[in-house]
Amino acid sequence: MRDPYEVLGVERSATEQQITSAYRKLAKKHHPDVNPGKKDAEEKFKEIAQAYDLLSDKEKRAKFDRGEIDASGQETAQAQERYGARNFYHRYGDDAGRTKYRADFGEGEVDLDDLDLESIFGSAFRGGRARGFGARDFRGSDFAETEFKVPGANMRYALNVDFIDAAKGAVKRLTLPDGKTLDVTIPPGLKDGQVLRLKGKGQPGFNGGPTGDALIEVNVNPHPRFRREGDDVVIEVPITLKEAILGAKIEVPTLDGTVALTVPANSTTGKRLRLRGRGIKGGHQQVELKVILPSEPEPELAAFLETWSPRHNRNPRDEVGS
Amino acid sequence: MSLIRIDAVVAQFPDLQIGELTGWIERNWVTPDLDQSETWLFADIDVARVRLIYDLRHELDVAEDTMPVMLSLLDQVYDLRRTLKAMSRAIALQPPEVRDAIAAALDAHDLAARFGDRDA
Repeated sequence: MRDPYEVLGVERSATEQQITSAYRKLAKKHHPDVNPGKKDAEEKFKEIAQAYDLLSDKEKRAKFDRGEIDASGQETAQAQERYGARNFYHRYGDDAGRTKYRADFGEGEVDLDDLDLESIFGSAFRGGRARGFGARDFRGSDFAETEFKVPGANMRYALNVDFIDAAKGAVKRLTLPDGKTLDVTIPPGLKDGQVLRLKGKGQPGFNGGPTGDALIEVNVNPHPRFRREGDDVVIEVPITLKEAILGAKIEVPTLDGTVALTVPANSTTGKRLRLRGRGIKGGHQQVELKVILPSEPEPELAAFLETWSPRHNRNPRDEVGS
Repeated sequence: MSLIRIDAVVAQFPDLQIGELTGWIERNWVTPDLDQSETWLFADIDVARVRLIYDLRHELDVAEDTMPVMLSLLDQVYDLRRTLKAMSRAIALQPPEVRDAIAAALDAHDLAARFGDRDA
C-alpha cells in the first residue's frame, strides 16, 4: 500500500477541503464504471478510496502522521464493503444480452442489434467490394477519412513437403491460385505445421501502402519408415534371429543413403543403436532393432531347442511383473 | 439473479433515503421492474447502477443537472463497446484472408492496438 498522501497527490499539510477535492477529482477520473475496458481501473479506484478513507478521518490521519498505523492497516470493513466485494456496473455494461439502459441515439427506440452496425459503419457494409475495409469503402461512414494508406493483405497458403525434404531442407515451387509461382525455401529441420513468412509476397498495398506477406503453412508428409523425435530420426530395422544372437554387419537407410551398422551379439527387439550425426541438424539416427523369427518351419532349430537347457534360465515375464 | 425491493436497496447505503432513490427512478436514471402489486423490484444490474449513481452524487459531488448528460454518455459508451464486441466476434468468424485484410486496414488506422484481440 502506497503512502495515502502520495496516492491523492497532496501535501502532508493539506487541509480537509484540499484532500476531499483531490479525492473527488481522482475518483471521478478513475471510477471503474466510467472506464470500462481499463483493466487496472478498479485497483486504482480502490487505492484512491482507501487513501481517502484514511485521510478524511481526523483520528486515523493523526495516528498515521504519528506513525502509529501504517497505510496498509487502515482498510476498514466499510471500505471493504464499498469497494472490495462490490459488483461494479461495468460488469453488466458489456453484457451482450443486456436489454436495459440502452443509449438513445436520437431516433426513439433504436434496436442496436439490428441497426447499430450499419448506422455506425455506414457504407463499409454497402460497398460489397471484395476489398472489405478499403479506403473507398470507409468514405461516408462515421470513421471516414480523406486519404490513408492500407498495407496489402497477407495471403495464406498450405504446402505439403516430404519428410526428407523437411529434414534436410529444399526449395519447393508453390503454384498460386492466379497461376503465378512462388519458390519457397524449406529450411532444414522444418517441423510439421510451421508457418513460413515470405515478406512482400502477399497482396499489393492500397493507396501506396506496402505489399503484404505470404504466410505458408507447411505440412510434413509422414515417411513410411523414418519418424522424428526432436532432432533425432528413428527407424525400425528388422533383423533375423541369427543376426540377433550372433551379431552382424547390416546396411541401414539414413537421410543420406545407406550406411553399414554393426549389430552386437545378443541384441534383442527394441534395442536402439545410434548413428552419430545422421539425424536432423546435428541430431542422430536411432536404429530400433526388431527380431523377426523364420517364417517357415525350421526343424533343426526346433530339435536343438528341445534339447537345449539355457545357462541363465530367467523368465522374462518376471521382469515385467506379470 | 435475485430481485430485491427498494428498502433492501437503500439499506445497502449509509445515507440514501427512499425518497431520493424514487427521484432517480422518476428521472429514468435507474429503471427497476414493477410487479403486479406496483412494487419496484431491483435486479443486480439495477443495484449496480444505483451504486454508480450514488458514487457520482454522494461521493464525487457530481451536480444533479450534470447527471443526465453523464449517464447518457456512459450508456452510449457501453452500447458502442457492445457493438464493437459484436463486430470482433463477426470478424473472428471470417476466413483468415478477410481477417488479415481487416487487421491491415486497422493497422493503417493505428486502431488495432486499441481493439486488441488479434493474433500477430
